[in-house]
Amino acid sequence: MSTQPRRLKSGGRIDRSKPISFRFDGRSHTGFAGDTLAAALLANGVTLVGRSFKYHRPRGIYSAGVEEPNALVTMRTGARHEPNVPATKVELYEGLEAFSQNSWPSPKYDVMSFVNRFPKLFAAGFYYKTFVGPTRGSWMFYEKFIRRAAGMGKPTTEADPDHYEKAHAFCDLLVVGAGPSGLAAAITAGRSGLRVILVEDDTVLGGSLLAAGRDPKLADWLKSALAELETLPSVRVMTRTCAFGAYDNMTFALLERVSDHLVTPAPFQPRQRMWRVRAERAILATGMIERPIVFANNDLPGVMLASAARTYVNRHAVAVGRKVVVFTNNDTAYAAACDLNASGAEVSIVDVRSRIPAALQAQVAAAGITLHLGCAVGRANGGRHVRSVDVVPFDPARPERASVRTRLSCDLLAVSGGWTPTLHLLGQRGSKPVYDEDKAMLVAGTVPEGFEIVGGAAANCDLGFCIDSGAKAAHAAAAACGKPHAVSGRSLLEGLPDQGDAYGIAPVWMVPDPLGKGHGKKFVDLQHDVGADDIELAHREGYVSVEHLKRYTTLGMAADQGKTSNLNALGIMAGIRGKKINEVGTTTFRPPFRPISIGALTGPETGLHFRPIRRSPMHDWHEAKGAAITTTGLWLRAWYFPKPGESKADAYVREAAAVRKSVGLTDVASLGKIDIQGPDAAEFLNRVYVNGFLTLPVGKARYGVMLRPDGIVMDDGTTSRISEHHYFMTTTTAGAGKVMSHLEFLLQTAWPDLRVHVTSVTSQWAGMAVAGPRSRELLEKVITDIDLSEEGLPFMGVRQGHAGDIPVRVLRISFSGERAYEVYTPAGYGMQLWQTLCDQGKSCDMTVYGVEALGALRIEKGHVAGGELEGRTTLTDMGLGKMASTKKPFIGGALAQREGMTDPLRPQLVGLELAEGTGTLRAGAILCDPAKRYARTIAKDTSALIDCPPNPASKDFDAGNGSGHMGHGIGFVSSVTWSPELNRNIALGYVSGGMARKGEQIDAVFALKGELTKVRVTSPHFVDPEGPSWAFGCPSIA
Amino acid sequence: MLRIACPHCGDRDYVEFLYGGDAENAMPELSDTDIDRWTEFVFFRNDPKGEHAEYWQHQHGCRQWLRVVRHTVTHQVISVQPASEVDTPAQGKRVEVA
Ligand SMILES: [Zn+2]
Repeated sequence: MSTQPRRLKSGGRIDRSKPISFRFDGRSHTGFAGDTLAAALLANGVTLVGRSFKYHRPRGIYSAGVEEPNALVTMRTGARHEPNVPATKVELYEGLEAFSQNSWPSPKYDVMSFVNRFPKLFAAGFYYKTFVGPTRGSWMFYEKFIRRAAGMGKPTTEADPDHYEKAHAFCDLLVVGAGPSGLAAAITAGRSGLRVILVEDDTVLGGSLLAAGRDPKLADWLKSALAELETLPSVRVMTRTCAFGAYDNMTFALLERVSDHLVTPAPFQPRQRMWRVRAERAILATGMIERPIVFANNDLPGVMLASAARTYVNRHAVAVGRKVVVFTNNDTAYAAACDLNASGAEVSIVDVRSRIPAALQAQVAAAGITLHLGCAVGRANGGRHVRSVDVVPFDPARPERASVRTRLSCDLLAVSGGWTPTLHLLGQRGSKPVYDEDKAMLVAGTVPEGFEIVGGAAANCDLGFCIDSGAKAAHAAAAACGKPHAVSGRSLLEGLPDQGDAYGIAPVWMVPDPLGKGHGKKFVDLQHDVGADDIELAHREGYVSVEHLKRYTTLGMAADQGKTSNLNALGIMAGIRGKKINEVGTTTFRPPFRPISIGALTGPETGLHFRPIRRSPMHDWHEAKGAAITTTGLWLRAWYFPKPGESKADAYVREAAAVRKSVGLTDVASLGKIDIQGPDAAEFLNRVYVNGFLTLPVGKARYGVMLRPDGIVMDDGTTSRISEHHYFMTTTTAGAGKVMSHLEFLLQTAWPDLRVHVTSVTSQWAGMAVAGPRSRELLEKVITDIDLSEEGLPFMGVRQGHAGDIPVRVLRISFSGERAYEVYTPAGYGMQLWQTLCDQGKSCDMTVYGVEALGALRIEKGHVAGGELEGRTTLTDMGLGKMASTKKPFIGGALAQREGMTDPLRPQLVGLELAEGTGTLRAGAILCDPAKRYARTIAKDTSALIDCPPNPASKDFDAGNGSGHMGHGIGFVSSVTWSPELNRNIALGYVSGGMARKGEQIDAVFALKGELTKVRVTSPHFVDPEGPSWAFGCPSIA
Repeated sequence: MLRIACPHCGDRDYVEFLYGGDAENAMPELSDTDIDRWTEFVFFRNDPKGEHAEYWQHQHGCRQWLRVVRHTVTHQVISVQPASEVDTPAQGKRVEVA
């Protein structure tokens, strides 16, 4: 174990009584409670933490916050392995294990680092050129190499063992950020009694104050602010929580990292919790992010933002440098320089400005800091760490190449190029930031209604202004929410030190290379390895718009979304084009502000919780009998009931045969059921079904098909007339919800005058079908008070009665051809009726059958179902054209007459069978005209597919890619089964010309498997083909 | 992230609702067999930048179809009425069908 050689003897907001051991790349280290992983690594002298994305250049820790472009690590092992986590945002915990990325065998000795010597390979536009340019074929050559070389951390393929939660919250005021201005806002609003949620991404409150120097006044202010916050009951404080998205109507998304600072979540605790917050008002106190200046080798480990160096020294008591050069163009870096100096480092300042405020000059002179005015760092030198910097004379107004004036040795280069207010949430609401020439900042443009921007985010640099802006915004929010102005409470400006933080800056984006040889790469986007030369190249090649620049170079498109690079890129592009930044434009911000795990977005909706599950009242029976279960929509349904040793095919063939031979019982509880009542119910049904319903007598059922308003078939089912004004409709299982909403829509929007009520009763009724020649025999044993004779209950008849004590509704309809009944009973009686049928069925040779047998039976009969009702087919396509009434209008009737809908060449329902007795029938296969088969070959040189003239005789088609057929074909296979009745494979499908092709042999192509199967067109009514279809209520079937 | 104040159930999250499309065009009379008029109703949509009336069904609540006026830029909900209580919207001819 190392001994924290870089830890300062005193100071910092760390708990030295709580040492924490952790491992990085397998090596053990120790840090303290209050450290981030980055701080603890630096305390242990670990400055090289990974290799860069494209060039495998050594990289260190660049920042101390969410903006970190370099120090991405992989956290944890096994199923909890998580790549691309900024070490600056990882709270140190006992047992933490992290790994460097994109390097092998180690960041120090990385075998891929030779890539660095071939930067042309990865220049901007590389992907554009390899994919779309004249050299596009080269991708084949590069791909393998690039996939190995470039990249970030690799994800795990194991399932995430942790839980994630979703939660909702409401508040009057959401305050994002708990720095001085956010605290002032939350306290002021809390005093007024507003319901406040204060969100802070950090583990503790205080923001910039946590990194501020040793002035005890600041620490005291923070202490008393936090103390008062505790006393305000209406303020909810959420730490370790990032507000990552701002959406319409003042909705915000927060991610609370509940257990990221633990090895594993505590029992019953989630790893992360995603909040959806609805606020009346929002105050954004999100502060600012410091930006770098671009110069040669600015990516070397040991180069970091000045604010980060200050955070590590002041907050974490880490001596990040012993010999420090501070390179700046503005006043704020002087505080960092003084704090580094006070920590014992030897500090020099390089400032591009030739004149600085006298107070600053006096301050650094008193501290013994060397000052190089009118100079810039032109290049950093070093192998795996900065060893020295080359200082060149520099004029911000005329940046040009110059000779190196002096070389300063150092082990830390702290850079400040100015500050950028964090306006991402505002940007997500469509508010574009504008460039402020004086402050050299992108500042808020229009502020949307409901929002206030305060503190650093509002481009304030003075602490007093920041606090004041927070308090004022809170007053405004209170007024907007109708709450009284806070009457009590001390002024939050009390006790502040005299700071006089005027902010002087001379904007500089980039320092040109020093004269002479030995240039280094100048990085603008460190995370995506995009250099200044890439921006120049994009400009030369015409990609000058900001959005084009971004896509061409991939600048700002990495996980950090360019938090430290966007403005520098704009400044450099503006400089090349000789325009102002506001003329060049700014990029768009989109959620999330920082990367969010898929687990958090998914929340608990995984596995069994992915969606609701619906079970029939008889489901437990099916499971107890060992039924295989399948799903239809949300429903679990019994698929088949295997006897010991039976395969699926054995089972359903036996079940289907039993239905044809004696009697079968199956569960149809999942069918949609709608109760329709009212004096105008008949008229209503008559309008929604294509066939007539006005004449349906009481005690009769009728099969009906309804169309969508555009003329496409929506659903089918039966509707029974229970009494004069009372109907009972069934729909398909999958179509139930859609049909219900459709009926409600028509009644409420188009025909509110119709006196009809519709009620979904799907869950209220259990349903079971009793089918087969002996079905009546079975029902007669069970049902006590209904005359089931031919006259008592004729085909399509409906009766209500009892099975013993059990109320039943019996419909004599058939789904699959033979004599059959559907029996409905209130859901609570479902299991009892089912059991009664099973008990009595023993003496009738009854077999329970599942969905698979039901499917086989209906395909044999040519009855359309899910595969045929697929949202593109017309009534005529399904062979039911004659059902449509010509005597009355109905929904969909007008648009069903459109030219394309009545085209005789539309694919129409047919039966299909194997023409040569071999091959596989598959649902989804494309039906093709064998006369139009092409011979295709793959050109050896370019890999392109070459189409040859139609040549049905050709034997050398490429079976691997679609069998020589191209395009959409002439139809498709919709349902397939092995017919137990016919003892062979059969299928339903749609083919252009339909039954006119009867007897023709065509090709069924299943490109996914490279199969071509020859099939013959037949009637879709495989069983009882001459018998009328149930659609017309004919006795023989239905 | 819409919230819709259902006249029957109160202020509810949009996830409880089913979107039903344009509410600015009345359905033609069922007896009207004119393909153009039905085409207009079914397929042609105004896409205003601003206020737009549309149908939402409170599917996981009272199941009433509502006529919601929503601002298409800000997603602000301007008004909510039960669709059955709204007079049939005028037969606004907005697109000339050739
Ligand atoms: Zn409602």
